[in-house]
Amino acid sequence: MKSTRLVAVALRSILRNKMRTLLTMLGVVIGVGAVIVMVAIGEGAQSQIHAQIDNLGTNMIVVTPGSSSQGGVNQGAGSLNRLTVEDAEALKSESFLLSAVSPSIVAPTQIVGGQGNWRSAVFGVATDYQLIRDWPVSSGRYFDEGEVRSMRKVAVIGKTVAEALFPGEDPVGQQVRLRNVPFEVIGVLAEKGQTAEGSDQDDVVLAPYTTVKNRLSGRSFIAQILASTASPEGVAAAQVEIGSILRERHGLADWEDDDFTVRNQTDLAATAEETTEVMTLLLAAIASISLVVGGIGIMNIMLVSVSERTREIGLRLALGARSSDVLRQFLVESTVLSVLGGLIGVGLGIAGAEILGRLTGWATLISPQTVLVSLGFAASVGIFFGLWPSRRAAALDPIEALRYE
Amino acid sequence: MTEPSHGRNHHDDSPVIVATGLERVFEIGQNQVRALRGVDLTVRRGEMLAIMGASGSGKSTLMNILGCLDPPTSGTYRLDGIRVDELDKDELADVRNRKLGFVFQKFNLLARTSALENVELPLLYDRSGREMEPRRLATAALERVGLGDRLDHQPNELSGGEQQRVAIARALVTEPSLLLADEPTGNLDSRTTIEVCTLLQELNELGLTIVLVTHEPEVAQYAERIVELRDGRIIWDQPVADRRSAASDLGQLRTKDEGRAA
Repeated sequence: MKSTRLVAVALRSILRNKMRTLLTMLGVVIGVGAVIVMVAIGEGAQSQIHAQIDNLGTNMIVVTPGSSSQGGVNQGAGSLNRLTVEDAEALKSESFLLSAVSPSIVAPTQIVGGQGNWRSAVFGVATDYQLIRDWPVSSGRYFDEGEVRSMRKVAVIGKTVAEALFPGEDPVGQQVRLRNVPFEVIGVLAEKGQTAEGSDQDDVVLAPYTTVKNRLSGRSFIAQILASTASPEGVAAAQVEIGSILRERHGLADWEDDDFTVRNQTDLAATAEETTEVMTLLLAAIASISLVVGGIGIMNIMLVSVSERTREIGLRLALGARSSDVLRQFLVESTVLSVLGGLIGVGLGIAGAEILGRLTGWATLISPQTVLVSLGFAASVGIFFGLWPSRRAAALDPIEALRYE
Repeated sequence: MTEPSHGRNHHDDSPVIVATGLERVFEIGQNQVRALRGVDLTVRRGEMLAIMGASGSGKSTLMNILGCLDPPTSGTYRLDGIRVDELDKDELADVRNRKLGFVFQKFNLLARTSALENVELPLLYDRSGREMEPRRLATAALERVGLGDRLDHQPNELSGGEQQRVAIARALVTEPSLLLADEPTGNLDSRTTIEVCTLLQELNELGLTIVLVTHEPEVAQYAERIVELRDGRIIWDQPVADRRSAASDLGQLRTKDEGRAA
């Protein structure tokens, strides 16, 4: 029999008993719907994390001090702190591939000013910082090259700090004291929100690294060098270039390990992505259990259908159907049943994800891939659970089947 | 379909059925039941044969073997020249499809399926690969049995006699060498019985070979020859001396009805 004919025959016999068909499909409908909703939530979370990582700045490269190993005992990151402001300046002037470089000196500081005081991290950075982090100001301005060079006591504060010290006021032009050193607030950073790990990126004060180094920190070693390239494609090459410039500056022999670490955003993203991928998989696995349960429902009804239609099977065999024709007929029927259920489930799943997203504010994302995979899964559930009933139908003896009451 | 071409490839006089020494033994637990104990049967092309016998005589078993639904335990069976007893399951299915037409006591039509689609059913399993138009062939077969105006009716919208005629059309549509009818009038009243027999006789006169199983002697009288079985053996095999014409019986019945009405 032709395949179109087979599907038409299967559809007719399915539509013959609409209520039963609906109830049979319900398991697959719920299963596929659940898979779609769960994966939508998982992938939504994943894309949110992606966006947050992008938020850190485009094409960002982070250089941190390396670890030293003494007699086989690794001292951990920062134990060999040989990154200096001069390293950052050298990268800025010697690199061909980097479009922006900024040292980053951290000094946790009590900030006094406006309505009270607040403890926050003061970052000493260069003007390139706003390019690297892709972080504009919401009011005021960043400090410029001249202010960095002349060690001006100016600060750009994050939104959290602004709200803590100057609620309802414009902080631009106001004074804050950092370790008793008066700084002028010249700008407020745009809101950036939380990191993927949940720390508040807006709880920050930026000041020229020259000022922070001399007035607040007093140390010449720095926590990080941040850099970025013009395009994401240049990141890998730039990492190599950074390595060679720093090795030369640090006078490392060929046999010596790097005394610094160069990482890019992809490395950071990978960890976060892994976590959500596991979560998505877990959710999808739980949801697929209901799909399998739906398959058992289909098997049950197919078994009932085979015994109800024993005489029909006998007739078909008598008229010249081979066992394989009967097998195919029932297999197509259970597959059509599950695919139909799958299609309804996809519709309900998309609607469900949309509603859930609106109610909870979670990001949901439905990819064509998810839809295709879950439909494919539904179809294989139909084939798998239809196989046994279909084989029973195909194994019937035509004489017995014709005589069946 | 004025000139039916049943068995058109066999204008010769070779018999449709040649069965020799047919035996069928069923193993039921420890017991052996010998349903057929050596049956020899030859059916000429164009013959109309009635098989009679009490229940348990082996006539159903013989019918199943002749219908290629059940293999004989021993003996040989040639259908239209083919050694059927040597074929496997799939080959038997193809022989049933090409060579045989079945008519059952309980019609066995697919419910909620139009007459036309019921008649098309055997054509869907045709594997010969020949060019054909199921719709046109099924329409012609239904017209042949006088149901040209009932093509789209479903079985529950048809009378018993009409349903059996749809079943006969389904048996005819593949142009079989042999039509096997198993108690075709068992579920019909006496008038409808005569109507269906009229149709069978007409088809037979046009050259169709028919074997029918019946326990009604009146029905058997419409055949050319009667074979009677008892205990798995043929105990009677004779031509019908005064074969009745179902058409004239039907005519008489009508005259009687008209007389009663007048």
